[in-house]
Amino acid sequence: MTRSIFLSLVFHSAMIILTAISLPFMMRTPVDLPPILSVDLIQITDKTSIPFAAKAAKTLEKIKKEEEERVVSEQAPPTEKKKEKPDRIPLPDDLNKEKKEIVKKKQNPKEIKDEIRQASEFEKEELFDPNQIAALIDKSKEDTAQTLKKDNKITQSNVKTSFAKGLTLSQEDALKAQIFGCWSLPLGLPYHKNLLVRIKLKLKADGTVLKSEILDHARMNQPGQGFYKVLAESALRAIRICQPLRVPPTGYEKWKDLQLNFDANEMLKG
Amino acid sequence: MKKLILTIFCLFLFNSSAKAVVEVDITRGNLDPLPIAVSPLHVALGSIDVKEGEKVIKNIGEKISGVVEINFKRSGLFNPLKKESFVQNPDIAHIKPRFEDWRLIKAQALVTGKVTVTEDKLRVEFRLWDVVAAKEMIALAFSTTPNNWRRVAHIISDKVYQRLTGEEGYFDTRIVYVSETGPKTQRYKKLAIMDQDGANVKYLTLGNELVLTPRFSPTNQLVTYLSYFKNLPRVYLLDIETGVQEVVGDFPGMTFAPRFSPDGKKIIMSFAKDGNSDIYTMNINTRVVEKITEHTSIDTSPSFSPDGKYICFNSDRSGLQQIYVMRSDGSQVKRITFGKGLYGTPVWSPRGDLIAFTKVHKGKFYIGVMRPDGSGERLLTENFYQEAPSWSPNGRVLIFYRETKSDSEGKGFSAKLWSIDLTGYNERLIETETDGSDPSWSSLLSK
Repeated sequence: MTRSIFLSLVFHSAMIILTAISLPFMMRTPVDLPPILSVDLIQITDKTSIPFAAKAAKTLEKIKKEEEERVVSEQAPPTEKKKEKPDRIPLPDDLNKEKKEIVKKKQNPKEIKDEIRQASEFEKEELFDPNQIAALIDKSKEDTAQTLKKDNKITQSNVKTSFAKGLTLSQEDALKAQIFGCWSLPLGLPYHKNLLVRIKLKLKADGTVLKSEILDHARMNQPGQGFYKVLAESALRAIRICQPLRVPPTGYEKWKDLQLNFDANEMLKG
Repeated sequence: MKKLILTIFCLFLFNSSAKAVVEVDITRGNLDPLPIAVSPLHVALGSIDVKEGEKVIKNIGEKISGVVEINFKRSGLFNPLKKESFVQNPDIAHIKPRFEDWRLIKAQALVTGKVTVTEDKLRVEFRLWDVVAAKEMIALAFSTTPNNWRRVAHIISDKVYQRLTGEEGYFDTRIVYVSETGPKTQRYKKLAIMDQDGANVKYLTLGNELVLTPRFSPTNQLVTYLSYFKNLPRVYLLDIETGVQEVVGDFPGMTFAPRFSPDGKKIIMSFAKDGNSDIYTMNINTRVVEKITEHTSIDTSPSFSPDGKYICFNSDRSGLQQIYVMRSDGSQVKRITFGKGLYGTPVWSPRGDLIAFTKVHKGKFYIGVMRPDGSGERLLTENFYQEAPSWSPNGRVLIFYRETKSDSEGKGFSAKLWSIDLTGYNERLIETETDGSDPSWSSLLSK
């Protein structure tokens, strides 16, 4: 009896000690997790010495200066507007022309064209994902770039997702803003029903619509879903009124298939 | 085997990446009324003028399109464009619209039509076009007698409304109400019926007796109302088509607000028996009266849910007048309002999703809506005195009456009918020949 009590005491005290030791560690780990977003973006691009066009380089310098000036308010969380600034800078047509000329000199034009697309995409999106571009342009640094990309995935997951989608956040916002203005929401819709219409588009490079398809087409003919047809028609009307859609001038392959999810629930439930 | 699995895995990966589509969520839109062009209906060659009593209507096509246009404007959901901006002639537009021209004036939908009038027949055909998609959405034709032209306009409005909004219209409907004349201290009240836009008013009683709270039957053929005969309240049934009036019963004490059940077989009302007001139903055929509530408090203003399973009513059983919901047999009584002020005249929406009510708080009267469980209370309009909301058949618009302030002699007093939609922004006066109160909206005349 005394032995079992003794054993129980030993084990219990062991458990208490273990818990006391391990709990602080467990508490500490999340503290280590938050990654600091000092994304060394400019440094890497400097290292890779990408042959930016004069205007793009100037743009980067401007951004650098702006960021330096912002040091005072470094702790303030970055707003979406700040991210939009670099994307708003237009890429001049002659910039693309220059690059095409360079490409023609090389032996495999098709491959290089893709690279150029990536590079120009980068020029617009350098703040979001420079490593990928760095890897494309300077293949000798590919390994390094990839490892950096992996690191960035932890810290910049949202931005990565947006890039992977084919449109940056600001490009997506620009497209949304355009369609918001064109979509006349049918005001008589029943607000307690599912008011989501998904439309798949095939786009031309200039943003005009080649083909549009309502994904839940079967729902139109279901009883009690008369409102869905109305909603789908209004969405199609919005696309037609809006076209050509405000799509990026580059990266066509990424956004040529576009799906717009028109969701009226939020607005009508208000 | 491993290679096979790896190959399948790779294929799956490749396939999924190949199908990756950029998705963009559109969660906002333009809430302005839809721009619509209502082209005057083209009058066919050889048509004669329409006679309405002694009046001769020269261009019936313009008249019909005018009524349609007013209906759209009053709904708050459409913005009819000015006719002066129309480029294409009505006759050609009806055959093949030049969509580019209509797009120029920002029209998204277009209504065109053609009218043929002979001695005893009016034939109206109309088309609704999607200007942006450049396609026809509906094409219908109606034949009727020429003096029915306003109804045709309302039916066209309903068809267009339904096609563009996805819900039933409410234009081909009628409103029964109490027409009031004379000074405040000595009002003459007559039962009246009119189209929902205030046209075609007809008086159903002479004004010798006080009439109150008329309500349509679900078939729109009968109206039940309360009238005082030798100072005793009586519930009447009136056949609108034949004019035949029938006393349903004499009830003791104060009797309130008779209303039909959704199947039209019963009338539900409240009356005071032995000094206590409770809710009763009466079978119209057998005249058997059944007591629904049994409480020492005052229970009044009952209204059935559209499926007939529930009844909402107001009661002061909690000390203050509040709204309650119970099963139609009187069981499971549940209080649903807990806000400040007094709640009354609950009316269940034809869609079943909302209950409209009148609220009195700090001397102001409000018309509002809430869900049947009491949640989501929204006050739509506020005024000095207003009450008795009644739903449009599609459950989107409420009609009620509003009284103005008057001095001690009754000067400045008026009672008018108003409508407001569920957004609370589209409030409109319904023009009537006389003052009006206690409106009740019919269901759609043509389905």
